[in-house]
Amino acid sequence: MTDTNMARAQLAQGEEAIIEFNDVNKWYGDFHVLKNINFSIKKGERIVVCGPSGSGKSTMIRCINRLEEHQKGSILVDGVEMNNNLKNIEAIRKDVGMVFQHFNLFPHLTILENLTLAPIWVRKTPKKEAEEMAMHYLERVKIANQALKFPGQLSGGQQQRVAIARGLCMQPRIMLFDEPTSALDPEMIKEVLDVMVQLAEEGMTMVCVTHEMGFAKTVADRVVFMDAGEIVEANEPHEFFDNPQHDRTQMFLSQILNH
Amino acid sequence: MAIIFKPSPSLPPPVASVGAVAWVRQNLFSSPLNIFLTLFSLYLMYLLIPPIIEWGFINATWEGTSKAACTGGGACWAFIVVYFDQFMYGLYPEAETWRINLAVILLIVMVGAFAIKTINKLHLSLAIIFAYPVVAYFLFAGGIFGLEVVETSLWGGLFLTVLLGVIGIVASFPLGVVLALGRRSDMPIARSVCVVFIETIRAVPLITILFMASVMIPLFLPEGLNFNKLLRVLIGITLFSAAYMAEVVRGGLQAIPKGQYEAADAMGLTYWQSMVLVILPQALKLVIPGIVNSFIALFKDTTLVYIVGMFDFLGRIQAANHDANWLGTTVEGYAFAGFVYWAICFGMSRYSMALERKLETGHKRN
Repeated sequence: MTDTNMARAQLAQGEEAIIEFNDVNKWYGDFHVLKNINFSIKKGERIVVCGPSGSGKSTMIRCINRLEEHQKGSILVDGVEMNNNLKNIEAIRKDVGMVFQHFNLFPHLTILENLTLAPIWVRKTPKKEAEEMAMHYLERVKIANQALKFPGQLSGGQQQRVAIARGLCMQPRIMLFDEPTSALDPEMIKEVLDVMVQLAEEGMTMVCVTHEMGFAKTVADRVVFMDAGEIVEANEPHEFFDNPQHDRTQMFLSQILNH
Repeated sequence: MAIIFKPSPSLPPPVASVGAVAWVRQNLFSSPLNIFLTLFSLYLMYLLIPPIIEWGFINATWEGTSKAACTGGGACWAFIVVYFDQFMYGLYPEAETWRINLAVILLIVMVGAFAIKTINKLHLSLAIIFAYPVVAYFLFAGGIFGLEVVETSLWGGLFLTVLLGVIGIVASFPLGVVLALGRRSDMPIARSVCVVFIETIRAVPLITILFMASVMIPLFLPEGLNFNKLLRVLIGITLFSAAYMAEVVRGGLQAIPKGQYEAADAMGLTYWQSMVLVILPQALKLVIPGIVNSFIALFKDTTLVYIVGMFDFLGRIQAANHDANWLGTTVEGYAFAGFVYWAICFGMSRYSMALERKLETGHKRN
């Protein structure tokens, strides 16, 4: 661990949890998709969630901004309990950015309009200011020259970088990534990961569901492994990869690393 | 040293695949069946077109005061010429028809003003939506600034048809959108109300609704409380069309990927913000063909108002066919009606296609 990372880890320990899962359970009909999830994430922590498909990892992070509702237990985000109170949910969503597997850019709006929509309507930022901020984030993801195009005219990697910039425009305290590189061509994965690494280095609280183990090794503070709706193991990356405790984790790692 | 990869230059397509000759070959003579169909169509056109031109133009009579003047053996267009004003304005007093013309010209000018770059489009839209109907209403009905009052029972002809069509379209569209959203709402009461409304209205013929509006409702209303028949009919047409519109719009809403709703939610947009800013613009664009389909159907359905004793464009033509001076001009009357309806509906259809192209954002627009 580098010095800065060490310092960050210590800092993180002193901080209060920004996301807290307490005995969270969720069912889709009869299917028990999340089982007794207990987990907390500190401010500035970078969490990578991995696991086989159907293990509930996407569902778990989608509970954080209540795109999915849990039926038992409690989730606290920034001290606010996520329940049916619409005002709370909207307030939390302002502060939690999300990047989806399929980008979900709005195809009828230009790139610039995609970025300024939420700042203008949710944060009530003046249009000019919102556009300046949007251009700033577009430059950061190295795509400012495409601002006036429509999403349909961009490559997958470019669209995903726009989606990240769109999330950042709300100046969120937490960023959620739901398999951000799974729908991309191999050549485009790197350009998206580069943006995410840069973001991680700036101290953003990040929760990423991803199969990019290289990314997990370099930037994660903790790696969480899920299977069958449960958190099987959560540990620092070098411990997680070099010395997995659970046989299920070992099997998973051998499956994805040896090919 | 590695070999440097240089993409080969792009070449123009082979000559045989572009140009007029290629178009003819691809579209008219690409297969034996295609050749047969092309020749058969040409033969049909040869059979049909010359007699129509002969009847409609060469042997046609354009002037005269009764059917007796039409001796050429062709179409008796004199009938249309004589009755033209009545077909356009119904029984609206002849001296006052300039008010209708003025309202139409005003609308054309206002819509045309969108082409002026320096004009504020929002203000213009608001003026058309809110100010124009008031101005048009007082122009049509009169009663202020010394304008003579014209009872709505005198309104008729193409004027009435367009009035019913335009108001029906403009009023049923937003209502249909709200009903569609209501039907997909999470709120059980709102959803039930919308479902019951849509299913009830769709299960009933328009004629029934027009009858209800013109005959039944006055029976139920308390003595002394009565409102204009035209208004009642308009409400009936609007509700009828809104139910269909709702289902068309719902189709569009269902076609929008879940990810769009989620992305809008995840940003913290409220329900109405996400609908108005994200979902509806996409959903409505998707169902433009269906929406225009409904509009065209509504426009033609307005002819049914003859059932409740209102003489719209088609009603006026049918009435004129009974004029003893012009017996035997039914074909000319219907041909004229058909042409006018076709021109208006075709215009709507072309406009919708242009609108679809304008809103297309999927492909490169260089």
